[in-house]
Amino acid sequence: MFVTILFYFFATVLIGAALGVIFSRNPVHSAMFLVLAFFQSAVLWLLIGAEFLALVLVLVYVGAVMVLFLFVVMMLDINVERVRGGFSRLLPIGVIVASLMVVELVQVIWARGQPDGAFVGFAKMSADYSNTKALGSVLYTEHVYAFEIAAVVLLLAIVAAITLTMRKRPGLKKQNISAQVAVRSQDRVRIVKMKSEGKQ
Amino acid sequence: MIGLQHYLTVSAILFALSVAGIFINRRNLILLLMCIELMLLAVNFNFIAFSRYLGDDTGQVFVFFILTVAAAEAAIGLAILVVLFRSKQSINVQELDSMKG
Repeated sequence: MFVTILFYFFATVLIGAALGVIFSRNPVHSAMFLVLAFFQSAVLWLLIGAEFLALVLVLVYVGAVMVLFLFVVMMLDINVERVRGGFSRLLPIGVIVASLMVVELVQVIWARGQPDGAFVGFAKMSADYSNTKALGSVLYTEHVYAFEIAAVVLLLAIVAAITLTMRKRPGLKKQNISAQVAVRSQDRVRIVKMKSEGKQ
Repeated sequence: MIGLQHYLTVSAILFALSVAGIFINRRNLILLLMCIELMLLAVNFNFIAFSRYLGDDTGQVFVFFILTVAAAEAAIGLAILVVLFRSKQSINVQELDSMKG
């Protein structure tokens, strides 16, 4: 019973946070609501027994991705009012599409009737089951190639993000080390032989 | 009494909300990226719920990869956004029509 109450509480906060993301006027508030949504989903994943991914979600999303979002939101000086112009015009379409999707999906999901007991239907876990260990044992054996490709994807993202945002400012003074090291005395001093001029 | 359906319902609501967010915030590129993140979260919910339902860890491995790719996508997307803002001084989607024929 307690777990059921917890589930409904966290799910409600999650939906509320998602509403906050899409409806708040300030992008910083949206980002904060998104952080809340990620936290709530992490807790829901913990409830269902996927603790490794819950912690990864908090570490990677709340710790890295959302900080990146906040950085960008605060770095760009956005005119909020101008950006929010088309809000009321598109609101009805958005609400209609969203409610239609919810109704259809919920109908599909609940069509087969609801069994009883808390956390029914989920596979049983033994008492010494370790989610992290289980994931590790399949991640590094069956899915090791996909794992390596994921590493390459991350490397690609690093390289792409850096090359995109690195810019050469004109008029920036900096040293050219190789030119400095390669310089020879002949380049600097020129000895000119010339006849001495006679006395006037 | 929490079953597979409960998790799938939460995921469905989350997905629909993010779709609505894309409709509503059609002008702000940052909010569009945030809505895409929410959508991926809803997808991950489905994967985890089914993985636990079937007792198969492959679904959770898949979520792991989705998280990786989503992080890469967010990094590159935000980098593109920064470059775009530098050149256009705007992230309004309606003003980004220079590639229109």
